[in-house]
Amino acid sequence: MKKSKAFWGYIVLALVIYAVVQVLINSGVLNMYYQNMLITMCINIMLAVSLHIIIGITGQFSIGHAGFMAVGAYLSAIGTMKLELPFVSAIILGAVVAALAGLLVGIPTLRLKGDYLAIATLGFAEIIRIIFVNIEYVGGAAGIQVRHQATWTYAFFAVVITILVIANFTKSRHGRACIAIREDEIAADAMGINTTYYKVIAFAIGSFFAGVAGAIYAHNFYIIQPTTFNFLKSFDILIFVVLGGLGSLSGSVVAAIFLTVVTTYLQGFPETRMIIYSLVLILVMLYRPKGLMGTKEVTDLFKFGKKGGSKA
Amino acid sequence: MSETLLKVDNLGITFGGLKAVQKVNMYLNRGELVGLIGPNGAGKTTMFNMLTGVYAPTEGSIVFGGKSIAGLDPYKVTRQGISRTFQNIRLFKELSVLDNVKVANHGLAKHNLLSSIFRLPSHFKGEAKMEEESLAFLKIFGLDVYKDELAKNLPYGMQRRLEIARALAAGPKLLLLDEPAAGMNPQETHDLMELIAFIRKEFNLTILLIEHDMHLVMGICERIYVLDHGQLIADGTPAEVRNNPKVIEAYLGEEVTE
Repeated sequence: MKKSKAFWGYIVLALVIYAVVQVLINSGVLNMYYQNMLITMCINIMLAVSLHIIIGITGQFSIGHAGFMAVGAYLSAIGTMKLELPFVSAIILGAVVAALAGLLVGIPTLRLKGDYLAIATLGFAEIIRIIFVNIEYVGGAAGIQVRHQATWTYAFFAVVITILVIANFTKSRHGRACIAIREDEIAADAMGINTTYYKVIAFAIGSFFAGVAGAIYAHNFYIIQPTTFNFLKSFDILIFVVLGGLGSLSGSVVAAIFLTVVTTYLQGFPETRMIIYSLVLILVMLYRPKGLMGTKEVTDLFKFGKKGGSKA
Repeated sequence: MSETLLKVDNLGITFGGLKAVQKVNMYLNRGELVGLIGPNGAGKTTMFNMLTGVYAPTEGSIVFGGKSIAGLDPYKVTRQGISRTFQNIRLFKELSVLDNVKVANHGLAKHNLLSSIFRLPSHFKGEAKMEEESLAFLKIFGLDVYKDELAKNLPYGMQRRLEIARALAAGPKLLLLDEPAAGMNPQETHDLMELIAFIRKEFNLTILLIEHDMHLVMGICERIYVLDHGQLIADGTPAEVRNNPKVIEAYLGEEVTE
Protein backbone atom coordinates (compact mmCIF):
# COMPACT_ATOMS: atom_id res chain seq x y z
CA MET A 1 0.00 0.00 0.00
CA LYS A 2 2.77 2.38 0.96
CA LYS A 3 4.59 1.65 -2.27
CA SER A 4 1.60 2.37 -4.45
CA LYS A 5 1.06 5.61 -2.55
CA ALA A 6 4.60 6.70 -3.41
CA PHE A 7 3.92 5.66 -6.99
CA TRP A 8 0.84 7.89 -7.29
CA GLY A 9 2.83 10.64 -5.62
CA TYR A 10 5.36 10.54 -8.45
CA ILE A 11 2.62 10.47 -11.07
CA VAL A 12 1.02 13.57 -9.54
CA LEU A 13 4.40 15.27 -9.35
CA ALA A 14 5.01 14.49 -13.03
CA LEU A 15 1.58 15.85 -14.01
CA VAL A 16 2.20 19.03 -12.03
CA ILE A 17 5.55 19.60 -13.75
CA TYR A 18 3.90 18.96 -17.09
CA ALA A 19 1.00 21.31 -16.38
CA VAL A 20 3.25 24.14 -15.15
CA VAL A 21 5.50 23.95 -18.21
CA GLN A 22 2.52 23.65 -20.53
CA VAL A 23 0.95 26.77 -19.01
CA LEU A 24 4.24 28.63 -19.36
CA ILE A 25 4.45 27.58 -23.01
CA ASN A 26 0.88 28.60 -23.75
CA SER A 27 1.30 31.96 -22.06
CA GLY A 28 4.40 32.58 -24.14
CA VAL A 29 6.85 32.81 -21.23
CA LEU A 30 8.84 29.92 -22.70
CA ASN A 31 9.70 30.75 -26.28
CA MET A 32 10.84 28.31 -28.98
CA TYR A 33 14.41 28.52 -27.71
CA TYR A 34 13.48 27.27 -24.25
CA GLN A 35 10.99 24.76 -25.58
CA ASN A 36 13.73 23.27 -27.70
CA MET A 37 16.02 23.15 -24.68
CA LEU A 38 13.34 21.31 -22.72
CA ILE A 39 12.85 18.74 -25.49
CA THR A 40 16.61 18.23 -25.76
CA MET A 41 16.69 17.80 -22.00
CA CYS A 42 13.99 15.11 -22.20
CA ILE A 43 15.89 13.30 -24.97
CA ASN A 44 19.10 13.41 -22.93
CA ILE A 45 17.33 12.14 -19.81
CA MET A 46 15.96 9.19 -21.78
CA LEU A 47 19.39 8.41 -23.20
CA ALA A 48 21.03 8.69 -19.79
CA VAL A 49 18.44 6.55 -18.01
CA SER A 50 18.46 3.92 -20.76
CA LEU A 51 22.24 3.63 -20.51
CA HIS A 52 22.00 3.65 -16.72
CA ILE A 53 20.14 0.33 -16.76
CA ILE A 54 23.00 -1.23 -18.77
CA ILE A 55 26.03 0.32 -17.04
CA GLY A 56 24.76 1.49 -13.66
CA ILE A 57 22.47 -1.42 -12.84
CA THR A 58 23.82 -4.41 -14.71
CA GLY A 59 27.45 -3.25 -14.75
CA GLN A 60 27.99 -3.96 -18.45
CA PHE A 61 30.28 -1.29 -19.81
CA SER A 62 28.63 -0.51 -23.14
CA ILE A 63 29.78 2.59 -25.01
CA GLY A 64 27.86 2.22 -28.24
CA HIS A 65 24.57 3.70 -27.11
CA ALA A 66 24.35 6.19 -29.98
CA GLY A 67 24.05 3.24 -32.35
CA PHE A 68 20.71 2.22 -30.86
CA MET A 69 19.61 5.84 -30.82
CA ALA A 70 20.40 5.92 -34.53
CA VAL A 71 18.28 2.85 -35.18
CA GLY A 72 15.34 4.48 -33.38
CA ALA A 73 15.84 7.77 -35.21
CA TYR A 74 16.10 6.24 -38.67
CA LEU A 75 13.34 3.67 -38.30
CA SER A 76 10.91 6.24 -36.93
CA ALA A 77 11.86 8.62 -39.74
CA ILE A 78 11.18 5.86 -42.27
CA GLY A 79 7.90 5.28 -40.42
CA THR A 80 6.63 8.83 -40.70
CA MET A 81 8.23 9.90 -44.00
CA LYS A 82 8.09 6.74 -46.13
CA LEU A 83 5.34 4.64 -44.60
CA GLU A 84 3.16 7.61 -43.56
CA LEU A 85 2.63 6.16 -40.08
CA PRO A 86 1.33 8.35 -37.26
CA PHE A 87 4.09 9.72 -35.02
CA VAL A 88 3.36 7.48 -32.02
CA SER A 89 3.42 4.30 -34.14
CA ALA A 90 6.67 5.49 -35.68
CA ILE A 91 8.21 5.95 -32.23
CA ILE A 92 7.16 2.43 -31.27
CA LEU A 93 8.51 1.06 -34.56
CA GLY A 94 11.86 2.77 -33.95
CA ALA A 95 12.02 1.56 -30.35
CA VAL A 96 11.14 -2.03 -31.15
CA VAL A 97 13.70 -2.27 -33.94
CA ALA A 98 16.29 -0.65 -31.66
CA ALA A 99 15.51 -3.28 -29.01
CA LEU A 100 15.91 -6.00 -31.63
CA ALA A 101 19.24 -4.46 -32.64
CA GLY A 102 20.12 -4.52 -28.94
CA LEU A 103 19.36 -8.24 -28.79
CA LEU A 104 21.32 -8.88 -31.95
CA VAL A 105 24.36 -7.02 -30.60
CA GLY A 106 23.91 -8.13 -27.01
CA ILE A 107 23.67 -11.88 -27.44
CA PRO A 108 27.16 -12.35 -28.91
CA THR A 109 28.96 -9.45 -27.16
CA LEU A 110 27.68 -9.82 -23.60
CA ARG A 111 29.92 -12.84 -23.15
CA LEU A 112 32.75 -10.32 -23.09
CA LYS A 113 33.73 -8.41 -20.00
CA GLY A 114 34.98 -4.93 -19.16
CA ASP A 115 37.19 -3.30 -21.77
CA TYR A 116 36.49 -5.96 -24.36
CA LEU A 117 32.76 -5.43 -24.14
CA ALA A 118 33.29 -1.67 -24.40
CA ILE A 119 35.33 -2.03 -27.59
CA ALA A 120 32.84 -4.50 -29.10
CA THR A 121 29.82 -2.27 -28.43
CA LEU A 122 31.68 0.75 -29.77
CA GLY A 123 32.45 -1.23 -32.91
CA PHE A 124 28.84 -2.31 -33.32
CA ALA A 125 27.59 1.24 -32.97
CA GLU A 126 29.95 2.34 -35.73
CA ILE A 127 28.78 -0.55 -37.91
CA ILE A 128 25.17 0.54 -37.44
CA ARG A 129 26.09 4.11 -38.37
CA ILE A 130 28.02 3.03 -41.47
CA ILE A 131 25.13 0.84 -42.59
CA PHE A 132 22.93 3.94 -42.62
CA VAL A 133 25.59 5.90 -44.54
CA ASN A 134 25.44 3.26 -47.26
CA ILE A 135 21.69 2.86 -47.62
CA GLU A 136 20.39 5.14 -50.37
CA TYR A 137 16.80 4.56 -49.22
CA VAL A 138 17.49 6.73 -46.16
CA GLY A 139 19.54 9.31 -48.02
CA GLY A 140 23.04 7.94 -47.38
CA ALA A 141 25.53 10.41 -45.95
CA ALA A 142 23.28 13.35 -46.80
CA GLY A 143 20.66 12.11 -44.37
CA ILE A 144 16.90 11.90 -44.43
CA GLN A 145 14.43 14.76 -44.16
CA VAL A 146 11.98 14.54 -41.30
CA ARG A 147 8.90 16.56 -40.42
CA HIS A 148 9.10 18.44 -37.13
CA GLN A 149 6.56 16.61 -35.00
CA ALA A 150 8.14 16.29 -31.57
CA THR A 151 6.52 18.53 -28.98
CA TRP A 152 7.10 19.05 -25.30
CA THR A 153 4.12 16.78 -24.61
CA TYR A 154 5.55 13.79 -26.53
CA ALA A 155 9.01 14.29 -25.06
CA PHE A 156 7.80 14.65 -21.50
CA PHE A 157 5.53 11.61 -21.49
CA ALA A 158 8.21 9.53 -23.16
CA VAL A 159 10.54 10.47 -20.29
CA VAL A 160 7.94 9.62 -17.66
CA ILE A 161 7.32 6.20 -19.24
CA THR A 162 11.07 5.55 -19.55
CA ILE A 163 11.74 6.38 -15.92
CA LEU A 164 8.71 4.44 -14.68
CA VAL A 165 9.60 1.28 -16.59
CA ILE A 166 13.25 1.37 -15.60
CA ALA A 167 12.54 2.23 -11.96
CA ASN A 168 9.93 -0.56 -11.77
CA PHE A 169 12.35 -2.98 -13.36
CA THR A 170 15.11 -2.02 -10.93
CA LYS A 171 12.92 -2.39 -7.85
CA SER A 172 11.91 -5.98 -8.51
CA ARG A 173 13.54 -9.36 -8.36
CA HIS A 174 14.65 -8.82 -11.95
CA GLY A 175 16.46 -5.58 -11.16
CA ARG A 176 18.03 -7.12 -8.08
CA ALA A 177 19.30 -9.95 -10.26
CA CYS A 178 20.94 -7.37 -12.55
CA ILE A 179 22.53 -5.54 -9.60
CA ALA A 180 23.79 -8.89 -8.30
CA ILE A 181 25.47 -9.44 -11.67
CA ARG A 182 27.11 -6.02 -11.37
CA GLU A 183 28.32 -6.79 -7.85
CA ASP A 184 29.63 -10.32 -8.45
CA GLU A 185 28.77 -12.28 -11.53
CA ILE A 186 30.11 -15.62 -10.27
CA ALA A 187 28.13 -15.37 -7.04
CA ALA A 188 24.99 -14.29 -8.91
CA ASP A 189 25.33 -17.31 -11.15
CA ALA A 190 25.81 -19.57 -8.12
CA MET A 191 22.64 -18.16 -6.55
CA GLY A 192 20.55 -19.39 -9.46
CA ILE A 193 20.45 -16.27 -11.63
CA ASN A 194 20.59 -16.76 -15.38
CA THR A 195 23.23 -14.10 -15.91
CA THR A 196 23.21 -14.17 -19.71
CA TYR A 197 19.43 -13.75 -19.80
CA TYR A 198 19.45 -10.73 -17.50
CA LYS A 199 22.36 -9.05 -19.24
CA VAL A 200 20.60 -9.39 -22.57
CA ILE A 201 17.26 -8.22 -21.11
CA ALA A 202 18.88 -5.13 -19.59
CA PHE A 203 20.60 -4.45 -22.88
CA ALA A 204 17.34 -4.80 -24.82
CA ILE A 205 15.38 -2.53 -22.48
CA GLY A 206 18.19 0.04 -22.63
CA SER A 207 18.24 -0.14 -26.43
CA PHE A 208 14.45 0.16 -26.59
CA PHE A 209 14.42 3.48 -24.76
CA ALA A 210 17.49 4.71 -26.64
CA GLY A 211 15.32 4.04 -29.69
CA VAL A 212 12.48 6.12 -28.24
CA ALA A 213 14.94 8.94 -27.56
CA GLY A 214 16.27 8.63 -31.11
CA ALA A 215 12.76 8.77 -32.57
CA ILE A 216 11.94 11.98 -30.71
CA TYR A 217 15.34 13.41 -31.55
CA ALA A 218 14.74 12.74 -35.27
CA HIS A 219 11.40 14.52 -35.22
CA ASN A 220 12.74 17.49 -33.29
CA PHE A 221 14.90 18.49 -36.26
CA TYR A 222 14.21 18.67 -39.96
CA ILE A 223 16.96 16.32 -41.01
CA ILE A 224 18.97 13.49 -39.49
CA GLN A 225 22.40 12.44 -40.69
CA PRO A 226 24.52 9.42 -39.78
CA THR A 227 27.34 11.63 -38.46
CA THR A 228 25.11 12.78 -35.60
CA PHE A 229 25.28 9.29 -34.12
CA ASN A 230 29.04 8.82 -34.06
CA PHE A 231 31.04 7.69 -31.07
CA LEU A 232 31.21 11.22 -29.65
CA LYS A 233 27.44 11.02 -29.12
CA SER A 234 27.93 7.71 -27.31
CA PHE A 235 30.47 9.37 -25.04
CA ASP A 236 28.12 12.26 -24.31
CA ILE A 237 25.58 9.74 -23.04
CA LEU A 238 28.24 7.89 -21.08
CA ILE A 239 29.23 11.18 -19.42
CA PHE A 240 25.65 11.71 -18.18
CA VAL A 241 25.67 8.31 -16.49
CA VAL A 242 29.14 8.57 -14.99
CA LEU A 243 28.73 12.17 -13.88
CA GLY A 244 25.38 11.38 -12.27
CA GLY A 245 26.89 8.52 -10.29
CA LEU A 246 27.02 4.93 -11.49
CA GLY A 247 24.01 3.04 -10.20
CA SER A 248 21.85 6.07 -9.44
CA LEU A 249 18.81 6.64 -11.66
CA SER A 250 18.10 10.09 -10.27
CA GLY A 251 21.80 10.87 -10.67
CA SER A 252 21.56 10.15 -14.40
CA VAL A 253 18.50 12.42 -14.63
CA VAL A 254 20.15 15.22 -12.67
CA ALA A 255 23.35 15.00 -14.72
CA ALA A 256 21.42 14.99 -18.00
CA ILE A 257 19.47 18.10 -16.97
CA PHE A 258 22.58 19.83 -15.64
CA LEU A 259 24.73 19.16 -18.71
CA THR A 260 21.92 20.07 -21.13
CA VAL A 261 21.59 23.44 -19.42
CA VAL A 262 25.36 23.95 -19.42
CA THR A 263 25.63 23.04 -23.13
CA THR A 264 22.69 25.24 -24.08
CA TYR A 265 24.09 28.32 -22.34
CA LEU A 266 27.58 27.68 -23.66
CA GLN A 267 26.28 27.92 -27.21
CA GLY A 268 26.66 31.66 -26.77
CA PHE A 269 30.44 31.26 -26.41
CA PRO A 270 31.49 29.16 -29.40
CA GLU A 271 35.25 29.82 -28.96
CA THR A 272 35.55 28.73 -25.36
CA ARG A 273 32.58 26.32 -25.23
CA MET A 274 34.48 23.04 -25.14
CA ILE A 275 37.05 24.40 -22.68
CA ILE A 276 34.38 25.44 -20.20
CA TYR A 277 32.45 22.20 -20.69
CA SER A 278 35.59 20.18 -19.95
CA LEU A 279 36.34 22.32 -16.92
CA VAL A 280 32.85 21.71 -15.56
CA LEU A 281 33.33 17.97 -15.96
CA ILE A 282 36.74 18.05 -14.28
CA LEU A 283 35.45 20.12 -11.38
CA VAL A 284 32.49 17.83 -10.79
CA MET A 285 34.70 14.76 -10.83
CA LEU A 286 37.20 16.42 -8.46
CA TYR A 287 34.60 17.37 -5.89
CA ARG A 288 32.18 14.48 -6.44
CA PRO A 289 34.43 11.60 -7.50
CA LYS A 290 31.55 9.11 -7.29
CA GLY A 291 29.33 11.30 -9.43
CA LEU A 292 26.76 13.89 -8.47
CA MET A 293 24.56 11.43 -6.59
CA GLY A 294 27.00 8.60 -5.88
CA THR A 295 24.90 5.45 -5.74
CA LYS A 296 22.13 7.22 -3.82
CA GLU A 297 18.73 8.16 -5.18
CA VAL A 298 16.88 11.40 -4.58
CA THR A 299 14.26 9.36 -2.72
CA ASP A 300 16.92 8.09 -0.27
CA LEU A 301 17.21 11.62 1.07
CA PHE A 302 13.55 11.58 2.07
CA LYS A 303 13.84 8.09 3.53
CA PHE A 304 16.54 9.18 5.92
CA GLY A 305 14.27 11.95 7.15
CA LYS A 306 11.46 9.46 7.72
CA LYS A 307 13.67 7.01 9.59
CA GLY A 308 14.88 9.70 11.96
CA GLY A 309 11.31 10.80 12.51
CA SER A 310 9.99 7.37 13.43
CA LYS A 311 12.82 6.72 15.86
CA ALA A 312 12.44 9.98 17.70
CA MET B 1 20.13 -47.85 3.97
CA SER B 2 19.33 -44.29 3.09
CA GLU B 3 19.00 -43.00 -0.41
CA THR B 4 21.95 -41.62 -2.36
CA LEU B 5 21.55 -37.93 -3.19
CA LEU B 6 24.82 -37.26 -4.97
CA LYS B 7 27.01 -39.72 -6.75
CA VAL B 8 30.33 -38.77 -8.30
CA ASP B 9 32.10 -41.29 -10.49
CA ASN B 10 35.64 -41.16 -11.76
CA LEU B 11 35.52 -37.36 -11.80
CA GLY B 12 38.49 -35.46 -13.17
CA ILE B 13 39.49 -32.15 -14.67
CA THR B 14 42.65 -30.99 -16.38
CA PHE B 15 43.73 -27.40 -16.93
CA GLY B 16 46.13 -27.51 -19.86
CA GLY B 17 48.50 -30.27 -18.81
CA LEU B 18 47.73 -30.00 -15.12
CA LYS B 19 45.55 -32.73 -13.65
CA ALA B 20 43.88 -30.73 -10.90
CA VAL B 21 41.50 -33.48 -9.85
CA GLN B 22 41.43 -37.06 -11.06
CA LYS B 23 39.48 -40.27 -10.56
CA VAL B 24 37.42 -39.07 -7.66
CA ASN B 25 34.57 -41.30 -6.55
CA MET B 26 32.28 -40.13 -3.82
CA TYR B 27 28.66 -40.31 -2.74
CA LEU B 28 26.45 -38.46 -0.32
CA ASN B 29 23.39 -39.99 1.27
CA ARG B 30 20.36 -37.83 1.93
CA GLY B 31 20.74 -36.06 5.26
CA GLU B 32 24.44 -36.71 5.75
CA LEU B 33 26.99 -34.18 6.87
CA VAL B 34 30.24 -35.00 5.14
CA GLY B 35 33.62 -33.30 5.29
CA LEU B 36 36.09 -32.81 2.48
CA ILE B 37 39.59 -32.10 3.70
CA GLY B 38 43.07 -31.96 2.30
CA PRO B 39 46.15 -29.77 2.25
CA ASN B 40 46.26 -26.50 0.35
CA GLY B 41 46.04 -27.01 -3.39
CA ALA B 42 44.63 -30.51 -3.04
CA GLY B 43 41.70 -29.68 -5.32
CA LYS B 44 38.91 -29.23 -2.78
CA THR B 45 37.57 -25.99 -4.17
CA THR B 46 38.02 -27.34 -7.70
CA MET B 47 35.75 -30.22 -6.66
CA PHE B 48 33.16 -27.68 -5.48
CA ASN B 49 33.49 -25.78 -8.71
CA MET B 50 32.78 -28.92 -10.69
CA LEU B 51 29.85 -29.89 -8.50
CA THR B 52 28.30 -26.43 -8.93
CA GLY B 53 28.95 -26.09 -12.65
CA VAL B 54 31.60 -23.38 -12.54
CA TYR B 55 33.96 -25.84 -14.24
CA ALA B 56 32.86 -28.57 -16.62
CA PRO B 57 34.69 -31.79 -15.67
CA THR B 58 36.86 -33.28 -18.42
CA GLU B 59 35.97 -36.81 -17.37
CA GLY B 60 33.60 -38.72 -15.15
CA SER B 61 30.02 -38.11 -14.09
CA ILE B 62 28.07 -36.26 -11.43
CA VAL B 63 24.58 -37.55 -10.71
CA PHE B 64 22.42 -35.51 -8.37
CA GLY B 65 18.98 -36.76 -7.40
CA GLY B 66 19.00 -39.16 -10.35
CA LYS B 67 19.97 -36.53 -12.93
CA SER B 68 23.35 -35.94 -14.52
CA ILE B 69 24.51 -32.40 -13.74
CA ALA B 70 28.10 -32.50 -14.99
CA GLY B 71 28.81 -29.46 -17.14
CA LEU B 72 25.44 -27.82 -16.50
CA ASP B 73 25.46 -24.00 -16.14
CA PRO B 74 25.89 -22.91 -12.50
CA TYR B 75 22.45 -21.32 -12.25
CA LYS B 76 20.82 -24.52 -13.52
CA VAL B 77 22.73 -26.58 -10.97
CA THR B 78 21.51 -24.22 -8.25
CA ARG B 79 17.93 -24.67 -9.41
CA GLN B 80 18.39 -28.44 -9.26
CA GLY B 81 19.03 -27.94 -5.57
CA ILE B 82 22.76 -27.47 -4.96
CA SER B 83 23.79 -24.25 -3.33
CA ARG B 84 27.14 -23.07 -2.04
CA THR B 85 29.20 -20.56 -0.14
CA PHE B 86 32.60 -19.30 -1.21
CA GLN B 87 36.00 -19.63 0.39
CA ASN B 88 36.73 -15.94 -0.16
CA ILE B 89 33.43 -14.29 0.73
CA ARG B 90 31.49 -13.25 -2.35
CA LEU B 91 28.60 -11.19 -1.07
CA PHE B 92 26.88 -8.52 -3.15
CA LYS B 93 28.68 -5.78 -1.26
CA GLU B 94 26.65 -2.77 -2.31
CA LEU B 95 23.32 -4.48 -1.68
CA SER B 96 21.60 -4.53 1.69
CA VAL B 97 21.75 -7.66 3.82
CA LEU B 98 18.10 -8.36 3.05
CA ASP B 99 18.58 -7.87 -0.68
CA ASN B 100 21.51 -10.29 -0.67
CA VAL B 101 19.18 -12.99 0.56
CA LYS B 102 16.41 -11.90 -1.80
CA VAL B 103 18.74 -12.32 -4.78
CA ALA B 104 19.23 -15.96 -3.87
CA ASN B 105 15.49 -16.37 -3.40
CA HIS B 106 15.10 -15.22 -7.02
CA GLY B 107 14.92 -18.69 -8.54
CA LEU B 108 11.97 -19.66 -6.34
CA ALA B 109 9.87 -16.61 -7.22
CA LYS B 110 7.40 -16.79 -10.06
CA HIS B 111 6.36 -13.25 -11.00
CA ASN B 112 7.68 -12.42 -14.44
CA LEU B 113 9.32 -9.41 -16.02
CA LEU B 114 6.17 -7.82 -17.42
CA SER B 115 4.27 -8.13 -14.16
CA SER B 116 7.09 -6.21 -12.47
CA ILE B 117 7.31 -3.51 -15.14
CA PHE B 118 3.55 -2.93 -15.12
CA ARG B 119 3.32 -3.50 -11.36
CA LEU B 120 0.61 -6.14 -11.68
CA PRO B 121 -0.82 -7.75 -8.52
CA SER B 122 1.33 -10.86 -9.07
CA HIS B 123 4.42 -8.65 -8.71
CA PHE B 124 3.37 -7.35 -5.30
CA LYS B 125 2.36 -10.81 -4.16
CA GLY B 126 5.65 -12.31 -5.34
CA GLU B 127 7.79 -9.58 -3.81
CA ALA B 128 5.95 -9.79 -0.49
CA LYS B 129 6.55 -13.53 -0.38
CA MET B 130 10.25 -13.02 -1.14
CA GLU B 131 10.52 -10.42 1.59
CA GLU B 132 8.83 -12.66 4.14
CA GLU B 133 10.93 -15.72 3.30
CA SER B 134 14.18 -13.76 3.21
CA LEU B 135 13.48 -12.18 6.57
CA ALA B 136 12.83 -15.62 8.02
CA PHE B 137 16.28 -16.77 6.89
CA LEU B 138 17.90 -13.67 8.35
CA LYS B 139 16.17 -14.31 11.65
CA ILE B 140 17.60 -17.84 11.89
CA PHE B 141 21.08 -16.40 11.48
CA GLY B 142 20.48 -13.51 13.84
CA LEU B 143 20.97 -11.06 11.02
CA ASP B 144 17.50 -9.53 10.93
CA VAL B 145 18.65 -6.53 12.95
CA TYR B 146 21.11 -5.70 10.17
CA LYS B 147 18.65 -6.14 7.33
CA ASP B 148 19.01 -2.61 5.88
CA GLU B 149 22.77 -2.45 6.36
CA LEU B 150 24.96 -2.79 3.28
CA ALA B 151 26.58 -6.22 3.20
CA LYS B 152 30.08 -4.71 3.02
CA ASN B 153 29.56 -2.98 6.37
CA LEU B 154 28.96 -6.20 8.32
CA PRO B 155 31.69 -7.56 10.58
CA TYR B 156 33.57 -10.49 9.10
CA GLY B 157 31.89 -13.26 11.08
CA MET B 158 28.48 -11.88 10.17
CA GLN B 159 29.44 -11.81 6.51
CA ARG B 160 30.23 -15.51 6.71
CA ARG B 161 26.85 -16.16 8.29
CA LEU B 162 25.12 -14.06 5.66
CA GLU B 163 26.73 -16.16 2.95
CA ILE B 164 25.20 -19.28 4.45
CA ALA B 165 21.82 -17.57 4.86
CA ARG B 166 22.00 -16.53 1.22
CA ALA B 167 22.90 -20.04 0.08
CA LEU B 168 19.92 -21.42 2.04
CA ALA B 169 17.54 -18.94 0.45
CA ALA B 170 18.18 -20.54 -2.92
CA GLY B 171 16.27 -23.55 -1.58
CA PRO B 172 18.94 -26.25 -1.74
CA LYS B 173 18.75 -29.95 -0.98
CA LEU B 174 22.53 -30.10 -0.87
CA LEU B 175 24.54 -27.32 0.71
CA LEU B 176 28.24 -26.96 -0.08
CA LEU B 177 30.16 -24.95 2.48
CA ASP B 178 33.65 -23.84 1.48
CA GLU B 179 35.60 -23.15 4.67
CA PRO B 180 32.71 -21.56 6.56
CA ALA B 181 34.81 -21.05 9.69
CA ALA B 182 37.85 -19.53 7.99
CA GLY B 183 39.11 -16.57 9.97
CA MET B 184 36.66 -17.02 12.84
CA ASN B 185 37.65 -17.12 16.48
CA PRO B 186 36.94 -20.26 18.58
CA GLN B 187 33.71 -18.87 20.01
CA GLU B 188 32.41 -17.92 16.58
CA THR B 189 33.42 -21.34 15.24
CA HIS B 190 31.56 -23.04 18.05
CA ASP B 191 28.41 -21.01 17.37
CA LEU B 192 28.73 -21.78 13.69
CA MET B 193 28.92 -25.51 14.33
CA GLU B 194 25.70 -25.37 16.31
CA LEU B 195 24.09 -23.32 13.59
CA ILE B 196 25.11 -25.78 10.89
CA ALA B 197 23.71 -28.65 12.93
CA PHE B 198 20.49 -26.70 13.41
CA ILE B 199 19.87 -25.74 9.79
CA ARG B 200 20.66 -29.26 8.69
CA LYS B 201 17.81 -30.57 10.81
CA GLU B 202 15.48 -27.66 10.19
CA PHE B 203 15.78 -27.72 6.40
CA ASN B 204 16.43 -31.42 5.96
CA LEU B 205 19.74 -30.69 4.30
CA THR B 206 22.61 -32.75 3.10
CA ILE B 207 25.86 -30.87 3.69
CA LEU B 208 29.31 -31.19 2.21
CA LEU B 209 31.86 -29.14 4.07
CA ILE B 210 35.38 -28.09 3.17
CA GLU B 211 37.25 -27.07 6.26
CA HIS B 212 40.73 -26.51 7.56
CA ASP B 213 39.64 -26.40 11.16
CA MET B 214 40.18 -30.05 12.14
CA HIS B 215 38.29 -29.60 15.36
CA LEU B 216 35.17 -28.54 13.47
CA VAL B 217 35.41 -31.29 10.85
CA MET B 218 36.10 -34.10 13.30
CA GLY B 219 33.42 -32.80 15.63
CA ILE B 220 30.42 -32.62 13.35
CA CYS B 221 31.03 -34.68 10.21
CA GLU B 222 29.80 -38.24 9.96
CA ARG B 223 32.14 -39.17 7.17
CA ILE B 224 35.20 -37.53 5.73
CA TYR B 225 36.84 -37.61 2.33
CA VAL B 226 40.49 -36.70 2.10
CA LEU B 227 41.98 -35.25 -1.08
CA ASP B 228 45.65 -34.88 -1.82
CA HIS B 229 47.18 -33.82 -5.12
CA GLY B 230 43.79 -34.09 -6.77
CA GLN B 231 43.18 -37.68 -5.71
CA LEU B 232 41.12 -39.23 -2.96
CA ILE B 233 43.51 -40.85 -0.54
CA ALA B 234 41.08 -41.87 2.17
CA ASP B 235 37.49 -41.84 3.27
CA GLY B 236 35.58 -43.02 6.29
CA THR B 237 34.46 -41.93 9.73
CA PRO B 238 36.50 -39.24 11.50
CA ALA B 239 38.16 -41.88 13.66
CA GLU B 240 39.15 -43.99 10.67
CA VAL B 241 40.49 -41.01 8.77
CA ARG B 242 42.41 -39.74 11.78
CA ASN B 243 44.26 -43.03 12.05
CA ASN B 244 44.87 -43.57 8.36
CA PRO B 245 48.66 -43.44 7.82
CA LYS B 246 48.27 -41.90 4.35
CA VAL B 247 46.25 -39.05 5.78
CA ILE B 248 48.70 -38.50 8.58
CA GLU B 249 51.50 -38.34 6.08
CA ALA B 250 49.72 -36.05 3.65
CA TYR B 251 47.91 -33.69 5.89
CA LEU B 252 47.44 -34.14 9.58
CA GLY B 253 51.12 -34.81 10.23
CA GLU B 254 52.19 -32.98 13.32
CA GLU B 255 48.73 -32.36 14.67
CA VAL B 256 48.08 -36.04 15.38
CA THR B 257 51.52 -36.86 16.77
CA GLU B 258 51.44 -34.11 19.36
